Parts: sequence; C-alpha cells; structure tokens
Amino acid sequence: MTLRTEPFVINMGPVHPSTHGVFRMRVTLDGEVVVNLEPIFGYLHRGIEKLAEERTYTGIIPLTDRLDYVASMTNNLAYCLSVEKLAGIKVPERAEYLRVIMSELQRIAAHLISVGSFFNDCGAYFTPFLYMFRERERIVDLFEMVTGQRLLYNYMRPGGVSQDIPEEFLPALQEVLKQMPLYIDEYERLLKDNEILYARARGVGILTKEMAINIGASGPVLRGCGVKWDIRKVDPYSIYDRFEFDIPVGTQGDCYDRYRIRIEEMKQSLRIVEQAAKQIPGGPIRSDVPQLIRPPAGEAYGHLEAPTGEVGFYLVSDGSIAPYRCHIRAPSLMNLTALRDMIVGWKVQDLIVIFGSFAITMGEVDR
Amino acid sequence: MLAGLSNNLVSHMKALPPDWPGNIWWHWVIFTIIILVFFLGSVIMFIYMERRVLGKMQARLGPNRVGPFGLLQAIADAVKVLMKEMVTPANADKIVYWLAPAVTFAPVVMVLAVVPFANGASLADLNIGIIYVVAISSLSSIGVFMAGWSSSNKYSMLGAMRMVAAVVSYEMPIVLALASVVLIAGSMSLNDIVIAQQSYPMLLMQPLAFFLMFIAGCAEINRSPFDLMEADSEIVAGFHTEYTGMKFALFYLAEYGEAVVMSTIIATVFLGGWRGPFLPPWLWLILKVFFVFFLMVWTRTTLPRVRIDQLMSLAWKFLFPLGLINLLLSSLEVLAYPDGIPWYFIFANIAVGAALVMLMSRFYKVGGGRVAVG
Repeated sequence: MTLRTEPFVINMGPVHPSTHGVFRMRVTLDGEVVVNLEPIFGYLHRGIEKLAEERTYTGIIPLTDRLDYVASMTNNLAYCLSVEKLAGIKVPERAEYLRVIMSELQRIAAHLISVGSFFNDCGAYFTPFLYMFRERERIVDLFEMVTGQRLLYNYMRPGGVSQDIPEEFLPALQEVLKQMPLYIDEYERLLKDNEILYARARGVGILTKEMAINIGASGPVLRGCGVKWDIRKVDPYSIYDRFEFDIPVGTQGDCYDRYRIRIEEMKQSLRIVEQAAKQIPGGPIRSDVPQLIRPPAGEAYGHLEAPTGEVGFYLVSDGSIAPYRCHIRAPSLMNLTALRDMIVGWKVQDLIVIFGSFAITMGEVDR
Repeated sequence: MLAGLSNNLVSHMKALPPDWPGNIWWHWVIFTIIILVFFLGSVIMFIYMERRVLGKMQARLGPNRVGPFGLLQAIADAVKVLMKEMVTPANADKIVYWLAPAVTFAPVVMVLAVVPFANGASLADLNIGIIYVVAISSLSSIGVFMAGWSSSNKYSMLGAMRMVAAVVSYEMPIVLALASVVLIAGSMSLNDIVIAQQSYPMLLMQPLAFFLMFIAGCAEINRSPFDLMEADSEIVAGFHTEYTGMKFALFYLAEYGEAVVMSTIIATVFLGGWRGPFLPPWLWLILKVFFVFFLMVWTRTTLPRVRIDQLMSLAWKFLFPLGLINLLLSSLEVLAYPDGIPWYFIFANIAVGAALVMLMSRFYKVGGGRVAVG
C-alpha cells in the first residue's frame, strides 16, 4: 500500500488569536510547511477615504484616529501636516514641541504593543505582553491627562493642538522618562538573549533589502533590512531637525532584527522626548485658524514616520470646505505585500511569528 | 496466565502495607478513594496555583473573587463547564469523538496506582512500577489523536499530529533517565526507589537524569515551552478545538492530571517522594509535587514556544544522546561500586552533568528552516 498525501487549505482568520484584528490568510499546507498563502483584506473596511470627502477639514481628524488605532497621535499629525501644507498654515513653537512629545510617546506606546504581541505570537505566554501593557498604561495616563482620551485622542489640529498641557503633565512626564529605561532593561533581561527566541526569530522571515525597497516598505520593517530610511531624518517635518537621535538599523532583515529595532527606537524616542521636555517654550498652542478651513484649490502630500512606517495623506482641494479627494498611504498595507514571499516555505508556526513581526494594524490596512 | 498475573498482583498487594490490618479488598477500596481524592484535589489546586502564580509573575492578580483568595475558582469553572451545551461537529466521527475524552482521561489516573504516599502505602507496589508508569502514561496520546482525527477540524488534526510526534520522541529521554535511576536504586518499584534515597535524594546523585526527565516531562505533558499541541496563538486550541462542555472539561482535567502525575513521578523518583523530617510522609509528597509543578509554571511564564522541528531535534539530537551517556556513566558507577555509590560521587556527577550539557549545547545545531517549495 502506498500512502498518499495531499496539501490542505486552512483558513487562518478572520477570527483567529493572532491575526491582529480581522485579517484572513488562506494558507495551503503540506504537513506543517506553508506552500501557498493568500492574504484576504477588507473585513474592517469603513470607507474612511470616501467619508473624508463629506466632512470639513477639521471634522476628518477623528476619522484619522481610527486608522492605526494603536497610534492615533501620529495619524492626527500626519493629516494635520498635510492640511497645513495645503492651506499654508503656520504652527506656533509650543505646539510643535507638544506635537513632537506626543508623537514620540505614541511611538513608544505603539512599539510596546507591537513587541508584546510579537512575543505572544512566539508563544511566550502573555508575560512580556502584560509587562508591556503595564508600561503603556503609564503613557496612556499621560495622554488622558492632556486629551481626556485613552485610545483615540483627536488631539492635533491644523495649526496646532487642541488643548494645552495641564501643569501636572511635565512632572508626570519626567517620572515616566525616569522609569521607562528601567522597564526597557527589564524586557531586555527577560528575553533579549533567550535561546528559544534566537531559534524562533533569527534568520526567520528574511526580507531582502531590494525587495523591501521594491514593495515600498517603511518603518521598522524596512530599517530591519539595513536601509537607513526614516522620514524624521530624510525629510524632517515639524521640528525634528532640532533634536539629536539615531536611527537604528538591522543587518539581516529577519524577525529578530525587526524586534530589536522597535526596542532601540523606544530608547531613541525617550531621548527625543527628554530633549523636547527640556526645551519646551511658552506661548500659544494654536495659530489663528478659522473653524471652516477653505484651502485654495490644489493638492498636498504630508507624511511622517509613524510607528509602523510612513503614514501619508494626499489631499486634493477644490477650494470648498471639504477635500475633493483624500488618499491615505498606509504603511501596514505596503509592508504586508511582502507577506507571501516571506512566508512560503516556512512552517505554520513561523507564519505566525513572521506575521507578528510586521505588527500591522487592521484599521490601517483596510481603512 | 491471567490467573497467574492476578495471583502475583494479590501477593504483592498483600505483602505491601506492612502496618495494614488485613483484607486486600478494603485496601483496594480505600486506596482508590485516596488516589481519586489526591488526584482531583491536586488538579483543582494546580489550576488555582497555576493561575495565581501566572498572575503574580505577569504583574496582575489572577482569580481572587470566588471563595477565600479565589480558592473556589476551579470549582466554579467546573460547574459552569458542566452546564454548557455539548456540541458535536456535523462531520465528526461520532463514536470516536465521544470516546476520546475518556480514553485520554482514564490512563492519567491509573498511573497513580503505583505511587507510594508513605512507606509502602500505595494501591499496588508493582515490582515493575517504572515500566508501568512509562507504559500507561503514554497511552493517553491515543485519546488525543482520536480527538484530533474525529473532530474533522484542520486545527485539531495539526495539533494531534504534533502531539503524537512529540510523545513518541520524548518517551525515549524519559525512559533513559528513569533507567539510570533504576540502575542506581536497584529496583523498579517506586517504593524501593524512595527507600533507596535514604541518605540523599536521587536529584543529587542523578542531576543529569533529573534535567532530562524535567524537560522531556514538560514536553510529554504539553507544558510550555513545548505546548505546540494546543498552541493558543497558532492552532487555536489544538486537538480539543471542537470540544465543549463536559468533554472539554475531561480534556482539561486530563491535561492538569498529566501535570499532577508527571510532578508526582518526578517528586517520587528524584526528590525522595514521601521522605522528609518532621511532617507526615504524605504531606512531604504533596509539598514536593507542588514544588515541581511550580517549576513548570515558572518555565511557562518565561519562555517562548519552540517550533515543531526544533522540538524533534531537541529530543533526538540533544536529550537522547545525553540520556545514553548518562546511562553509561551510571552503569559504570554501579559496576565499580555494587554495594552503593559513595556520597562524594554527588559532586562528580553534578560536575559531569553540567559539563556534558554545556558541551552538548555547543555542538547541538537546531537545524530546520526554510523549505524550498516547488
């Protein structure tokens, strides 16, 4: 008797413990080995780009919160940058500093979730995840102090920010700045040089430099391949040219590099926040911007370095109070296009780890 | 033959509890009750302990609402599970699907029959106790495979395949580790092994065997970092994805029951079982069992999960050779000192064990990786 084997198709998602939202992968397996993978998007499609055409320029900001919902601050900022470019709005000094502080804190908070859920996907039973949520809580408390919200902040405005910081904010920020390096050290001690993590993440899911550039990857996924590309440095927006910070790059482009880069970026973000908190000036927090912005007809593209990569808003104005077209460049979606080529040939368990190392947010992929 | 076997059994049982007044059937009934109480009590306490210790280690609280300190949480969960609807998938192989939980659960309890709770106090002190333990404890993997196969669910199937592969591989290091202990103790009966640990626990004389046994034991009972069969972030719940209600509860019980059994065997064989000063013997056994389980919970909170091919290569390329070397060394020691190995060999064994592990981990390559797909 000869034994016959055949590949079988398995649907990972849309409801699956480790798809980071409602993402579906139709995976063809030969035993444990993935022979084909077909990503299926769209379960979280809310038509945000179309909705934006019906709203005023200020009214779109809450929509941008709901793109990458673990990093709403940077989404707000990216949109506001683009509106400011379109309408030629100036931003006061203090608002710029607040924007930088908020986006860098947001980067730390988002990276904490990314790294935590990456470890969860590796199978470290919730310990790193919960540790990182503990620290994220500190940052979210800061945000709550300023904006009253804990997830979708709706904080940035064209021409500034919505509220000034309360007076207890800066001392609380100093406290967080003091403790955060200790927390990061704690994760490093817990898992950085773990043999099992090496075995699971090193050399797994390699994304080559050429391919990363070809698909338009950005953020930690691109820098993991060794490409030194960070919008904060190559096209400085806001006041990033005033701060000193490094851009960590990986060497191999494997899952381990991507995880390392997120940790290193947290340290760099702390540096930026420290400098910004020291230099922050007084003054107005928002320039005089009318309630209904009517930018001149034209187009503008504003982009920035979000935790997941380059978030960009392409706005076309016809001179009315609502944009004629609003296109969103979502880094998670761009990064995901490499998924199939990276995963085919690895095992089911690697699939989860590789997918987890992208740290996508479905709100951004589907929009 | 059967009559001979039962006679043999009866004579052993009769011989066994030296301070026991008389009737073998009373002995049987009472020890069955003791084992069931021990088993169920430990399982409930294990579940509670695991959740509380996990909570403490993960900077959260764990269950603390039901009863004092949340002690009754496991019972509340059991009641909830009992009232759940039992769902059978439409394409399931009904008979196999129904049988699987029982087939998984029964052997787990059976292993405890040979564990001594005090000197000679066990249901049956078989003179082949170790073989009995090894043979019965691997039976439950049949039930797991039945569950995975009959659920007609691909996640279940994957989990069941992983389970069978793991159990078959990790039997080897366990047997090798236990074999070297048997050589030193000079008997296969668990009670005799405990008696042989009069001056020092086997952990000191056989550190390498303990190391192998602990790792392979964790893998055999699906404890993290080897919990690939029910890897929650990958294949949902593995072989029991489709199970609900009491059938699920049986799998859950069996899972923790296996942990109880494995901890009990390790505590008996390596930590001196019921031996200990001041406290009554059965309490010592229970304390040691909980200590071993604490180690397992600790590894679970700390380590990520290994991959299936790494799991296999760890068994065959790392633990198996170490087990063979350990067996060789132990037999040389026994050959040189047939009347008992002198105590100073403890240091030699610990040093040799550590050196061997270091050396092996230097040469050991995990292997595996990307497969070319045509």
